Amino acid sequence: MSGRILAIALNTFREAIRNRILYLLLVFAVALILCAQALSLLTVGSEEKIIKDFGLATIDLFGVLTAVLLGIGLVSREIERRTVYVLLAKPIHRAEFVLGKYAGLVLTLLVNTAIMTLCFVLLLVAKGIAEPAMLLAVLLLFFQFLLITAIAVLFSCLSNPIVSCILTLALYVTGHLLWSFDLLRARVAAPWARALCLTLQRVLPDLAPFDVKGMVVHGIPVPPERLGYALVYLVLYGGAVLGLACAAFQRKEMQ
Amino acid sequence: MAVLTLDGVAKSYRTHLSLHKYWILRDLSFEVREGEIFGFIGTNGAGKTTTIKLVLGLLFPDKGTIRLCGKDPSRPEARRRVGFLPENPYFHDYLTGLEFLDFHARLHGFRQPERRKRVLELLERVGLHNRADRALRLYSKGMLQRIGLAQALLHDPDVVILDEPMSGLDPIGRRDVRDLILELKRRGRTVFFSTHILSDTETICDRVGMLVRGRLAALGSVEELVRGEVGSWEVTLAWPSPQDPPIGQVLSRREDRVLLRVSSQADLHRLVGSLNGGGAKLVAVSPARRSLEELLLKEVRGAGAQADGVVEEGRP
Repeated sequence: MSGRILAIALNTFREAIRNRILYLLLVFAVALILCAQALSLLTVGSEEKIIKDFGLATIDLFGVLTAVLLGIGLVSREIERRTVYVLLAKPIHRAEFVLGKYAGLVLTLLVNTAIMTLCFVLLLVAKGIAEPAMLLAVLLLFFQFLLITAIAVLFSCLSNPIVSCILTLALYVTGHLLWSFDLLRARVAAPWARALCLTLQRVLPDLAPFDVKGMVVHGIPVPPERLGYALVYLVLYGGAVLGLACAAFQRKEMQ
Repeated sequence: MAVLTLDGVAKSYRTHLSLHKYWILRDLSFEVREGEIFGFIGTNGAGKTTTIKLVLGLLFPDKGTIRLCGKDPSRPEARRRVGFLPENPYFHDYLTGLEFLDFHARLHGFRQPERRKRVLELLERVGLHNRADRALRLYSKGMLQRIGLAQALLHDPDVVILDEPMSGLDPIGRRDVRDLILELKRRGRTVFFSTHILSDTETICDRVGMLVRGRLAALGSVEELVRGEVGSWEVTLAWPSPQDPPIGQVLSRREDRVLLRVSSQADLHRLVGSLNGGGAKLVAVSPARRSLEELLLKEVRGAGAQADGVVEEGRP
């Protein structure tokens, strides 16, 4: 990583950790993870499953919220607040600026996820139900956050925070429901509609490979190739999205 | 040698959902020479900030070419030896002064321990070493301007571009900026700054470009631009005698201070020569500043533009 990307990343991380939204999300997340214990008391016989399921779902939800809420303003806020002028007047490539912003948010998400995971693991250890597969599930969730962040950064380069937020959340939801395009394709008759379904299925991000929550909660082993596939998908799809973000920012006018 | 060249530059904007182009700059051509102080003057909205953004690669011209240090400004190498202070310094206000300069020093590739040394030097130079640990959001306008200047000078640039560096500053702040610009020139640096404060331009600029409605209305040294119109100076004398001084037109008188208008340089020399004793002393001399101002007003009126700046539709 070039020194300039690192400098921008560290500054983005510093900005994030001085942002109250991050702490608010983190406090809520930790509180909810700990609430899993109370929630499990309401069920009979599946206490362990509830704690694991609720804990992983909380990490998923708050990780995505952090990625979206901080990611959507990552570039557009710098333009809106005009802080970008003095940065881009320095001898830096615009792509370095975008990648630095992305790397800074990745660092923030890493710390955020680590804190949530630590709370979750402590709860599991206290209940005597800790197992390594939980960490694998969290690792895959973290990969998903990285992909969501790349998408949020792309929209941040193209649009304002509100539009970026709507589009990123929409892609997050469709990304988990991409399998439904198979069903839809089977039910529509028009060739153009089938072609559209197929195209969307191929172009939209597929987030299913990152979701093994159900498997680990039910004790189903996660095959190593699943991790490998998710990693390759992240690198290729995330890399392409970041490439598009850099290209979009390259010719953007700082008005 | 020119460090900055604009050749036939035109820039337009489109408003949302509009097919019409609004031309901000039209056929703008000039150059800034190495080692000079170049003042870029014009009314608000004349296109000064747009020009500076084009020069720094923040915007892209519709037509024409720009060369900064011999290169296309959109390439980072062109900006390597350039320092920039934006108008109304917008900085990351969650950073302290020290963190802010450290961040910008990293962007210039400084490594420790040189980075810290350089940052502390600049904080000292702009007089903010005692406020280095305070967040920028707590800085006054003058302090922000000074920290902005510090970041622009961190890497000891050859070319310094300042957008309205004196606007909003008190007289002391303006004097400090003026002194800094002159010091940069003494050290062989090139300074390109935009302003609508004409008195500053007259006193420190080697050459001036006057922008009116996006077009370059005048270009040259202050003397060249206002030749024929200059010819008066305002002179303040300590003058204890009840009689008026022998040369010049008295504009005001308070106790032993007399403010005179002298209409030629020869008269000015004769007046200074006549101050021989009796408590009479020269206190201050300033060129009649309305000259450049009058030239600007004349150009603005001639172009049919309003003083608050106008953009219009049409051809570049």
